[in-house]
Parts: sequence; structure tokens; C-alpha cells
Amino acid sequence: MENNNNIDQTLNHLFREESGKMVSVLIKIFGTENIEMAEDVVQDALVKALETWKYNGMPDNPRAWLYRTAKNKAIDVIRRNKHSKLIDFSDPQKQLLTSGYTLETTMDNYWNEDGIKDDFLGMMYGCCHPEISQENQITFILKSLCGFSTKEVAKSFLTSPDTISKRLYRTKEYFRKNRISLQIPTNKQIEERTHTVLSAIYLLFNEGYNSTHADQLIRKDLIGQAMLLCKSLLSNKRTKLPEVYALMALMCFHSARLDSRITREGELILLSKQDRTSWDKVLIQTGEKYLNHAAFGNNLTTYHLEAAIAFQHCAAQQYEDTNWKEILMYYDLLLEIADDPIVFLNRCLVILEYKGPKEALIVLKTMKNTSMLDKYYVYHATLGEIYKRLLNTNLSIKHYERAIKLTQSKQEQQFLKDKIAGKC
Amino acid sequence: MRDFLFIIRGGQDRYNQNSPEEMQQHMQDWQQWMDTLAQKDMLVGGQPLMNEAKTLIDGGQKIIDRPLAEGKELIGGYLLIKANSLEHAAGVAKECPSNEYHCSIEVREISPM
Amino acid sequence: MKEFMFLFRGDNDVWDSKSPEEQQEHMQHWEKWIGEMAEQGKFVSGERLLSKGNTVLDNGKIMDRPMTEGKELVGGYLRVKAESLSEATEMAKGCPGFEWEGGAVEVREVWPE
Repeated sequence: MENNNNIDQTLNHLFREESGKMVSVLIKIFGTENIEMAEDVVQDALVKALETWKYNGMPDNPRAWLYRTAKNKAIDVIRRNKHSKLIDFSDPQKQLLTSGYTLETTMDNYWNEDGIKDDFLGMMYGCCHPEISQENQITFILKSLCGFSTKEVAKSFLTSPDTISKRLYRTKEYFRKNRISLQIPTNKQIEERTHTVLSAIYLLFNEGYNSTHADQLIRKDLIGQAMLLCKSLLSNKRTKLPEVYALMALMCFHSARLDSRITREGELILLSKQDRTSWDKVLIQTGEKYLNHAAFGNNLTTYHLEAAIAFQHCAAQQYEDTNWKEILMYYDLLLEIADDPIVFLNRCLVILEYKGPKEALIVLKTMKNTSMLDKYYVYHATLGEIYKRLLNTNLSIKHYERAIKLTQSKQEQQFLKDKIAGKC
Repeated sequence: MRDFLFIIRGGQDRYNQNSPEEMQQHMQDWQQWMDTLAQKDMLVGGQPLMNEAKTLIDGGQKIIDRPLAEGKELIGGYLLIKANSLEHAAGVAKECPSNEYHCSIEVREISPM
Repeated sequence: MKEFMFLFRGDNDVWDSKSPEEQQEHMQHWEKWIGEMAEQGKFVSGERLLSKGNTVLDNGKIMDRPMTEGKELVGGYLRVKAESLSEATEMAKGCPGFEWEGGAVEVREVWPE
């Protein structure tokens, strides 16, 4: 008798890795107007696997078993609906699904390994259509491509399943009405469209990396899925662009340090206080390899620079060894590409470490649009830190308190309170 | 529900002896019968076939200018319907208006494979 | 364009004698043949039939087998579009069923709807 826990684990893992691929192929077969039909087939295959494996034990090749089951279920759906108007069979290849002479062979052709990979990527580009809001993009990606349940998606975004259902509905409606083509874009469009896909992947990653979840499992799940999606872009000749390698490197460097960032109680630990021996050296090495691959072409992206910065941190044996000079140079370049107040503030913090609080304050004061910045908690946290180093306790506390009011995150609030109390 | 094919054979001789009015009446009977099936969501499609035919035999090497079987066995048309079982489908076939002309109806299930 | 029906005649003895791999390969030929017709917009529909069947006879009795068997058994059909009976006959020559001995294809024009 097979261990039931083992079956659950295998299935869970398989489902996270394969359900998105199965859904993508099935949506190609049933059409973007029948996304639920595709999701139901995959769900049915999962249920059947669970029942059968618990009874008969795990098959030799669970993945192949799951795919075969989904394929057979798809054949049933086609047979049931071949005379209905639900599925559009007008395309010549799809027409062959309506005849017993050609149904199985045609179905088999949809499930060849290369085709599956391409359909999955095509689906990814479809989900990240520029006209779909980013929030809806990543919600839909988690549900359809990463095999999350609506409840799991809701948990990931700390919102209600109802909200998630509404977001999913809107995205599906968009697919239905606009008949979005689920294909890897043409070479002309590939850079622009890949940019949108990478933004969604990075957002997903940060949802896991920066999120305030006490639940480590959810955070690691999100991070793992973001990296899996990025990796699938690297598996195709047309989509493995330098910036894809750069983002992959960046995510490796970040996630290598994941466990050292937060205490068991869920409190943030400053970079200077992190236990560097707990950093994942293999992941850092992997990140380095990706970063080397990212260094071709003329396109220097924010991912390149952020990865280079993260690598500098990973490379320093101790906080004191940090190469601030190099990091500042990357921040200068980053500011040229992305005129972003957060980048500007982070750059000030680098100057603080590299040149001291006076210099940092001078640079910070050159910033325009301070009225808008006034609402950023990072702005006040930065000022709090600078004044603290200038030994101006009053101003320091004033800014830290303002920062506490501006952040929603309990972890950040605690962190800032500790700063005021002089604990760190 | 499963799909079944009705292969309607023979009856042409008697039908051809009909007056135009009788032929028209027969067509109306068909129309009505098909409507009943459609309303029960059992009708998929169907058409009569023209008598003229070519048949490829001997592994496609030889072509003859007639149907493979003629007379009582000449296939005059087909109907594709949905039914619960072969027996159910055969019961439906008994109601076919062409039975009046002594045709026979072969009822065959569409292969699910 | 007119519509024609290919009636595939012959029993399943040869099919049954082949290995699953041979059957699968054979079905790939069907997929290719019908797929080419579909690309040209000439494929309408078609199904394979199970060998067993019932026949409603002209006396209203039901016989528990197809009316014609053996070489004349209808094994399946295909509805296609073609300009003429001779073009349709030409198309029928490519039928993969001829790869395996026996069998005939009867080509008939479908009454226009």
C-alpha cells in the first residue's frame, strides 16, 4: 500500500508544474471562450489520479498518467459537444476533432512535448496582454498556469476568494470577447511583450518575497512559481532574451537570502544583521551563471542592474566588505533608465553607507516633487536613518513616526519602532 | 446519449409510382417527423442521396458506374440521431415515414473510438 | 460546390487482424487524407460505425444484425464537397482503406438541402 502522504505530495508537485501546461493545450483545443471547460478537465484528471492512485498505488510514470487521463477526458468532452455550438470547430484542424476517423490522431498531435511547451508560453503571453491590468494578469496566471485554487490565490494576495473570482471572471470575459491569440508573439513584438510578461513574473515573485505573509509555505510557493515561469521562457529559443536571464539571476540572488531576512517570529532582519552563512550558495552560483548569459545584446534593463546590485551583496563575505562604490555605479545607471523615487531613495541609502550621512542628506534634498514623496514611508524611513546617523534624535524620531503611520505592514512598523527604541 | 446512423435502403420503386401530390405529402410527413426528433434534441442531421453512383472496388483500382448494392439494398439516404441505446434507436427508426414504402432501415452506432 | 457521401464498404476482419501499432499508423494516414481535404475546405463530416446493428425490415420486424454484411457492410462514411461526381470519385481514390485489401468505396451525391 502506497503512503497516502506521498501520493498527495507527488500530485501537488505535479499539479503545480503540469496543470498550467495541460490547461494551455486544452484551451488551444477548446478555444479561449471555453477556459472553464479546460480547467474542469484538468481538475477531473487530478481527482481521478487521487482516487486511482490511492487505490492502486502510484503508476510508474505519474506525469504521463496524468497527461493521458486529461487527454482521454478531453476526447470525451469533444464527443459530448461535437454537435453543440459550444466549441468552434470551424478551423480545418479542429474540424478533424469531429470525426471518429481523425479524433484520436488529431488529439495526439496536440499533445507532443514541443507543442505543449509552446502552448504554455503562448498562454503566458496571452495572460499578460497589455490591456489586462497587472493585478488581473497575475491573478489569472496563478489560477490557470500555476494550478492554484481560487482560495489559494486569495490567500496569496491576502484578499477574499470573492474578489479573486471577480478578477478571474473579468479576465475570462476579456479573453472571450477579444479572442486573444495564445501564441508566442512575432519577433517584431517579442521584446515589448516579453517586457510585460517579465513585469508580471517579478510582481509575482515580490508578492512572495516582500509580502508580509507569516506563512512561509505560501511565500515559497509564489517564489517557486515565479522562477518556474521565468525558466520556461528560457527553454524557448525565441523567448530566451537577455533580460529574461537577468530577471532569473535577480530572483536567484534574492531567494538565496530568503530565509535570513525574517526571524521565526516574522520580523524583518536588516541586511547588515543577516546571517550570511545561511545564504544558499548553490542558488547564488546559479544566479551568477544566469547573469553571465544576460550579458549579451545592447539592451541594459533594470533587471540587469538590480541583479548586478544583488550579486554585489551576495558576493560580500560580511556587510563591511560590501563594494558600495560598485553598487553606487549601478544605481547611477539604474536612475538613468528608471526615474523612480524608490530607486532614488535606495541610492541615497547607498550614499549613506559609502560617503556618510551629510552627503546622503545633500543628495536627498536635491529631490524634486517632495510633496508626492511625503506620502512614501520609505522617504521618511530614509530621512529617519540619515538624521539618526547625524545624531539629530528629534528629527530622526519625527520621520520614523511619520513612516510608521504610512506603512500598512506590521513587520515594517515593528522594524521602525525598534529603530526609534535604538534596538537596531 | 450516443450517436446512431440510420441507413435507409430500398423503397424507391414504390415511391416513384406516387403522384406528385402523394410525393409532396410524403415530404411533409418527413418534415414533421424530423421536427419531432429535433424538438427532443435527438436529430443531428440527414439527407437523401441521389441514385447515380460510382463505386471504387478492387482496392480502388477499378471503378464501376453504379452503387455497390441495388434494388432493395440501394442506400437511399441517411439520418444521424442521438439515442440512449441501439434498441431505443431502432424503436425510433420504426416511426420513419419511409416505412410506408417498404424500405428497410439499418441502425448502427457511431464508433466511440 | 456539391456534397458527396463516401460509403466505406467491407467488414473489419482485416482491421482486427492488425496490431495496435499498425492500427495507429493506419489512422495517421486517415488523419492526413482527411486533413488535406479539411485544409481545402472540402471535408464536411464523417464517422466510423460499430459492426453490430439492428435493421428495421419492411414488415416492421427488427432483425438484430446489419442488413448487409461482409463485403457490403457499411463501415463508415464521409461527407465531402466536390464540383462533380467524377471529382469526388477522384478524391475517394486516396482513401487509406485501400491500403488494406478488400473493401470498396461507394460515392453518392447528397441531395442539396
